[in-house]
Amino acid sequence: MAYSATAESHDHHDHRPSGIWRWLSTTNHKDIGTLYLIFAGVMFFVGGSMAMVIRLELFKPGMQFVDPAFFNSMTTVHALAMIFGGVMPAWVGLANWMIPLQVGAPDMALPRMNNFSFWLLPFAFTLLLIGFFVPGGAPAGGWTLYPPLVLQGGDSFPLAVFAIHLMGASSIMGAINVIVTIMNMRAPGMTLLRMPLFVWTWLITAYLLIAVMPVLAGAVTMLLTDHFFGTSFFSASGGGDPVMFQHVFWFFGHPEVYILILPAFGVVSEVIPTFSRKPLFGYEAMVYATASIAFLSFIVWAHHMFTVGMPLAGELFFMLSTMLIAIPTGVKVFNWSATMWKGSLTFEPPMLFCLAFLFLFTIGGFSGLMLAIAPADFQYQDTYFVVAHFHYVLVPGSIFTIIAAVYYWLPKWTGHMYNMTLAKWHFWLSTIFVNVLFFPQHFLGLAGMPRRIPDYATQFADWNMVSSIGGFGFGLSQLLFPYIVIKCIRGGEKAAARVWEGAHGLEWELPSPTPYHTWETPPSIALIHKGGEHWTEDGDDA
Amino acid sequence: MSQSHAPPDSSKYYLPHGTPWPIIGSVALFTTMLGVAAWLNEWFGPEMFALGLTLLAVMFVGWFRTVIGENQQGVYNLDVDRSFRMGMIWFIFSEVMFFAAFFGALFYSRTLSVPWIGGEGVKVFDKIFLWQNYDAAWPTNGPAHLGPRADGSFEVIPAFGVPALNTAILLTSGITVTIAHHALKAGNRTVLKVFLALTFLLGFLFVSLQAKEYGEAYMHKGLQLSTGIYGSTFFMLTGFHGLHVTIGAIMLTIIWLRTLRGHFTPTRHFGFEAVAWYWHFVDVVWLGLFIFVYWI
Repeated sequence: MAYSATAESHDHHDHRPSGIWRWLSTTNHKDIGTLYLIFAGVMFFVGGSMAMVIRLELFKPGMQFVDPAFFNSMTTVHALAMIFGGVMPAWVGLANWMIPLQVGAPDMALPRMNNFSFWLLPFAFTLLLIGFFVPGGAPAGGWTLYPPLVLQGGDSFPLAVFAIHLMGASSIMGAINVIVTIMNMRAPGMTLLRMPLFVWTWLITAYLLIAVMPVLAGAVTMLLTDHFFGTSFFSASGGGDPVMFQHVFWFFGHPEVYILILPAFGVVSEVIPTFSRKPLFGYEAMVYATASIAFLSFIVWAHHMFTVGMPLAGELFFMLSTMLIAIPTGVKVFNWSATMWKGSLTFEPPMLFCLAFLFLFTIGGFSGLMLAIAPADFQYQDTYFVVAHFHYVLVPGSIFTIIAAVYYWLPKWTGHMYNMTLAKWHFWLSTIFVNVLFFPQHFLGLAGMPRRIPDYATQFADWNMVSSIGGFGFGLSQLLFPYIVIKCIRGGEKAAARVWEGAHGLEWELPSPTPYHTWETPPSIALIHKGGEHWTEDGDDA
Repeated sequence: MSQSHAPPDSSKYYLPHGTPWPIIGSVALFTTMLGVAAWLNEWFGPEMFALGLTLLAVMFVGWFRTVIGENQQGVYNLDVDRSFRMGMIWFIFSEVMFFAAFFGALFYSRTLSVPWIGGEGVKVFDKIFLWQNYDAAWPTNGPAHLGPRADGSFEVIPAFGVPALNTAILLTSGITVTIAHHALKAGNRTVLKVFLALTFLLGFLFVSLQAKEYGEAYMHKGLQLSTGIYGSTFFMLTGFHGLHVTIGAIMLTIIWLRTLRGHFTPTRHFGFEAVAWYWHFVDVVWLGLFIFVYWI
């Protein structure tokens, strides 16, 4: 073990209570990270089974299995569960685990609040899912909650609003913790431009979260008062405007999609250099590109609303600002490609998932550019083309990189290697089926099939059946993931401290598994520079 | 929970081990919100909501008691202090964005949706086909003239009456809290106590004047939450602001009680500063309200 400075002797306060109380009361970033990841995993399967219901009903034209109202609940709650219960908590869990390890901090800066931001989530989702059992059924107006439709919902409407309030509070506290940890808890010598890109992308994500989650809270609060207290924010008869909700919602909603993807950029920027055995190409450009994307995300929101009847100047502004995002995103894609150029590549599971990300996320990016063209969007709006687009950026984008991150750091967390062969099976099955699932939806959308419908015209039958087969295959192959992870937690070949030959950074200087408390004494400057050389071309500018 | 048994070592970043308060807070918020939803849906009365609020109060008292106790033990070094400061600043920023949503609704309806309903620009058909007799002038309760009065009329609260007085009260309280802060730094505890007390008294005075204005609006002016977009934006913005002033005044009171017990030193007084920052934040929001809701 290269590292000798751990304060093992200080483990006198390493008394963890046993049983359930340990997990309810924990203030340890590793425990909380684990809780977040388990919760996210559970929600992926909850949201995933809803997707299976959707694909089952769409397997053939006509109504087969569920009634239309329940189908609408499925699309609505699938989205809410995946976004707020799956992807976001998974990223916060990874941030909890990795940011203190990567910046040389003993824990997150505000450990009690860290516990609070996790434990709000199970309660928030209980509120949301109770909706299935109340009069009127679960929310069915789409995850975007557009009025006036959402105001006509049943008793689950206030439950969903309050669930979103709790999720927002959780995200804001989580984001404050990330920012304070990064800005205040870095080890001496860990300058901003030595930080691993996962830390950088999360720092920028956290700013987005703090800026937009309160706006979502405000938006749903106005829905609540419109429904129960007679306000007229979204009703033209009182001088309000339902379109105003869309503006407020998407002012949150567009930065939200970057909240879902920026940490993914960070993970890819860690994994590709490791398995290419080369420093990341253009580290600083990556940081600036991330910041540019984050800035642009605030001024593009109305591209979700091109057909709503905006003034022409608005259409033009939002079309052009949206297209600008392709520039920093292109910088990133080219930098990742250049990192691999002439590298000594190997294809372990994390690398495979990141390579799939590179190709498939780029497809999603290009369909995004097509959607950004306002006149063309009049054709694409609310069709399966949009569904295909955002699933390409979210599934092989965010979710593949979450899987890559778990496969990358799991040996560090558990101290065991996992079954590489099975993980590669997981990769190939996922990658093949995700394309069978979502690629035909481009054709369906261009041919005019609307989204969020339980039945469709017969000319869409063939591609829907293909898509459903892909969906079932994708869903089933995900069962491999918990199996591999649980097997790895239970045992396996011992993992080295530097699990991957080409890995650099402070987390690899710690033993595997990491002790319960790490970096109680900050890492030395030499250790930081050892990791830092990987990230900056000139490693001695501290 | 497990307080450190060893004497505090302030050279290290203090990490608490195990805490019951967040899970109690989560249960409390869940109970509160399920209680409100049940109440709104008329499943049952407000009992569950009240229970949740009680639990929430228990959580706040317990959590802050723990933190203040640790603070008095001296376990927080300057790094922990800086974490608290940064955390408070970003919390206040999130509050700013919460108000931004409602200010956004106000600006959008005043400058876009109301003129459009009145037929401005390309929305000319709204005027021709939908609402011929609507003149779309602010303040408005919309083409349907929503509100409590049968004739659809309502009156607004003039800016240069109680609202202007309230502006003076809040600005004065911003000055008194600054005087208290300078006195704290200079070690003048008497001035600190007097001016801090003045600050929260001014805060509560503001809230009671605001409550009186609300009564006036509801009873005699036909101005309620249901009075179209003007009533909606007016009460949502001033209501959430009033709630924040109330919370801020309670926080100031607690800080004042702590000064009576001899807490805070001229160099270390994060709790005081956090509350002062929060107070300045509600002050600034009020200025925005006074200008855009009452005045122009």
